[in-house]
Amino acid sequence: MSKISTMFLLVGALALSACNNPDRFGAGGAGGAGGAGGIGVGGLGDPNNPASPAYFQQRIGDTVRFAIDQHTLTPEAQATLTAQAQWMNQNPGYTAIIEGHADEQGTEAYNLALGARRATSVQQFLIAQGVAATRLQTTSYGKLKPLAVCSEESCFAQNRRAKTALGATGGV
Amino acid sequence: MRQMKGSALMNRIFALALAGLAVWTAPGVVFAEPLKITITDGNIEPLPFAAPTFIDEGGAGDIAQAITRVVAADLQGTGLFTQIDPAAYISQVASFDAPVSYADWKAINAQALIVGAVSNNGGQISVKFNLFDVFSDAQLGEGLQFAGGEGDWRRIAHKVADQIYSRITGEGPYFDSRVVYVSVSGPKDARQRQLAIMDYDGANVSYLTDAASIVLAPRFSAAGDRILYTSFQSGFPRIMLMDLASATSRSIADLQGNMTFAPRFSPDGDTVVFSLESGGNTDLYAMSLSSGQVTQLTNAPSIETAPSFSPDGSQIAFESDRSGSQQIYIMSIGGGEPTRVSSGEGRYSTPVWSPRGDLVAFTKQNGGRFHIGVMRTDGSEERLLTASYLDEGPTWAPNGRVIMFTRESPGATGSAQLFSVDISGRALKQVPTEGAAADPAWSPLLP
Repeated sequence: MSKISTMFLLVGALALSACNNPDRFGAGGAGGAGGAGGIGVGGLGDPNNPASPAYFQQRIGDTVRFAIDQHTLTPEAQATLTAQAQWMNQNPGYTAIIEGHADEQGTEAYNLALGARRATSVQQFLIAQGVAATRLQTTSYGKLKPLAVCSEESCFAQNRRAKTALGATGGV
Repeated sequence: MRQMKGSALMNRIFALALAGLAVWTAPGVVFAEPLKITITDGNIEPLPFAAPTFIDEGGAGDIAQAITRVVAADLQGTGLFTQIDPAAYISQVASFDAPVSYADWKAINAQALIVGAVSNNGGQISVKFNLFDVFSDAQLGEGLQFAGGEGDWRRIAHKVADQIYSRITGEGPYFDSRVVYVSVSGPKDARQRQLAIMDYDGANVSYLTDAASIVLAPRFSAAGDRILYTSFQSGFPRIMLMDLASATSRSIADLQGNMTFAPRFSPDGDTVVFSLESGGNTDLYAMSLSSGQVTQLTNAPSIETAPSFSPDGSQIAFESDRSGSQQIYIMSIGGGEPTRVSSGEGRYSTPVWSPRGDLVAFTKQNGGRFHIGVMRTDGSEERLLTASYLDEGPTWAPNGRVIMFTRESPGATGSAQLFSVDISGRALKQVPTEGAAADPAWSPLLP
């Protein structure tokens, strides 16, 4: 009984955070946000279960990268997104917010706009693969949320990205 | 705070409205070289001044010393003045009206002498000052007196320093002003950002938003009463309008499209020009706050952002990558074909029109470095004022002579700080803030 009510609370916390934080499933990968990340993992299911968000994040990969100043999709990105689209088509209960990001080598406003271009490239690709447009929203953080923190190309390459952040049924 | 005529100074006090016209020399007396600094001079030797601790004329206590310190710090901070060590003083100032021993001040090469007095009457303070041109044996301008609540002592000190600065440089005042900015905390991959406001010199900080939502790029209205900024409160970047007196915000642009950002007020405070992203493409729009009417200003597949009005409200400077890389353009407020004004090597962004209308400040990226620079509005006479790993986002002091901007250091432990520099590239310095800080926006001069 007490276990069930705890789980219920966790779900409640997820739903609440969903109101104002598109990144609610945590950063995944290196430098994860910590803190709330523990809650997120609890809600993602088993990565061995192909229908779980954890599978989407870890096995398919929720993030694609871009070249400097570019928003065109590389063949590698297209392969990842094809798998993302298949997963979303097989799991129609999920929506997604696609977050565009830029590296720190640019001004704030420009990088916001560049991140929006990247997120839209991903959105359009997923739609072309059959995902309903109503399930996909885009946003951009520009350079405000780097994944990797060094100031070298090895980090910049990780930060020029778009992440498909899954949300629960019922809209994002 | 108000300014008033003090009875002892009756003959020598100007009304504040006239203060900018303060006389340089006494009538009928001609000096070969009146005390004056022209900021555009190539290489300036800072002008030595003496500022003996303002005289306590009753109840002032520590405030007299504190005011003297702030006046001296304002002047010294411009890089145009240097304070003479009080230990070198030959004579002391016994009373506010005592005759000045010019020879004693000349002997220590004090070119300007500031004599002030402070009184505190039940929490109401009164501050008066006289400025002397030591090598002309004469007072420079009229004495002035300011009065206000005890809590206004810093503002009064800034007003005194503004008067002295203006009289000697001929430039408009700017010390009595505030800066709204983004206070930044937390590790680089999990930054928290909240709006904060402070005096131009970093004092009197208060926080306007909590750290729950990412915020960026606050901008003052020309009246200084409202702030536009961008918030991720909804999960998406959206423009917010804050009333400063109540610190309450509302979303103003519930428009079609995903993101609204990079807002800036028109000089009359009614129009907001901003970027709106829809379908991945970012263009410029204008919105009337009174009518709610929205007008699309640009329609191009490129990124159009960072708009800034000319001070007369007739034109908008902005950045666009329509040529293949970020460049600065100017168009009329009705939209229409923009004119490209930046032409040098590299990428140009974040144009901000000077309050004087003569210059545009900008961010420039070239060869892996960032610069803050200024150019004339036709793109000529480009001058880079700074260089670092990452400098961006200039904002003008109310007098159009000093620029504040964000400087971010590289690496995992890198952090953003506010810096200021004058438009000749001198007096580059960090503005003290409680923690990391970014996105400064300078207020107009306070009333």
